[in-house]
Amino acid sequence: MASMKEIKRRRAAIQSTAQITKAMKLVATVKLQKARAKADASKPYFTVMYQTIASMLEKSENIAHKYLKKNDAGKTGVLVVTGNRGLAGGYNNVVSRQVISEFKSNETLIYAVGKKGRDALLHKGFEVEGDFSEIVEEPLYKDAADITKVLLDDYESGKLSEIYVIYTNFKNTVVHDPVLLKLLPLSKEDLLQPETVENDGPKALMNYSPNEDEVLDAIIPKYISSVIYGGLMQSVASENGARMTAMDSATSNAEELIDKLGLQYNRARQGAITQELTEIVAGANAIE
Amino acid sequence: MDKFSLKIMCPDHVFFEGDATMVEFTTTQGDVGIYAKHIPMVNVIAPGKLTIHCEDGSVKNCALHSGFSEILQDKVTILADSCEHSDEIDIARAKEAKERAEKRLSQRDGVDIARAELALRRALVRLNVAGNK
Repeated sequence: MASMKEIKRRRAAIQSTAQITKAMKLVATVKLQKARAKADASKPYFTVMYQTIASMLEKSENIAHKYLKKNDAGKTGVLVVTGNRGLAGGYNNVVSRQVISEFKSNETLIYAVGKKGRDALLHKGFEVEGDFSEIVEEPLYKDAADITKVLLDDYESGKLSEIYVIYTNFKNTVVHDPVLLKLLPLSKEDLLQPETVENDGPKALMNYSPNEDEVLDAIIPKYISSVIYGGLMQSVASENGARMTAMDSATSNAEELIDKLGLQYNRARQGAITQELTEIVAGANAIE
Repeated sequence: MDKFSLKIMCPDHVFFEGDATMVEFTTTQGDVGIYAKHIPMVNVIAPGKLTIHCEDGSVKNCALHSGFSEILQDKVTILADSCEHSDEIDIARAKEAKERAEKRLSQRDGVDIARAELALRRALVRLNVAGNK
């Protein structure tokens, strides 16, 4: 059996780890609440954006717009949204694993948001074309618009033939799944459907000013920005949810271990006392 | 006067939701004023002043920077990248941005001219809206 001193030291070490995981859980809980509120606030904008673009695409099937037809040459661009930090259970791994299984490393350019995903994919031989990791802590709409601009520039220059985004969708505190979505070329089937779509019956015939092409030019980048913005928001909420759950179980594991070590320590102490007593009695007997 | 429901949304919040009798803003084709029963239309918005004429006769001035609007008979929805009430505007910051953009435009070497011009327009809109409180 380990000595009393050793057990005591180990118990103290686990106790301080438990303190850290507990604090991390509290921090993640607060951040999760904030991120959730923000993710919810971004939904109405996206819902209307979706309705507008869906009704436009429905009527413009024959339009040969640059964002609606596929570039033949070029690689596939994937925007990968993960976290900058670990200790969040499987959050970062699940996303990178899906990218590795869905895309070939030699035909793909990675645009990374989040250091963890970037490093994992670099390690697997993927080429990282853009890195926006610094924005992932507190993403703003402007950040999403900046990313969109980079992606669209690369798409228009023929560097990319398709653009995908992968992020983690936040369902609730414990359930979050990775979502892979095609951004360009845009077709009706690939549109991300929001949870609530108001159906206000058949739409009146819509006019576009100045014309459909120019409206699409302006709206598609905004649609993509809003999908990316929503994805960033969902991912931040998921990261903090995942961290909260991971840290919660780490804390309860640590507490269990502390209890066990406490028992062991008491047993060792009792053993030592018994042994001392036996020695004293034996010594006294020997003198007699 | 007939009213219609107006909804102005920014990516992270709903900026305005309520009834209005008229709304004025700037599109890429020029300034427009929308009353109720307008024909259905989608417009692309250019940086400009947004004026909401409320039912009770009060008028709200805001700065509206890029986005698009969807006009239906009794409903107008504006999706804006950003939108500010006149009293939210930081005049000192807008002035600074204006000077910065003007400086960039006067240098004309290797700067993103389109971007600088857009920044200048945004700053001018902000100053214009904030000045006409």
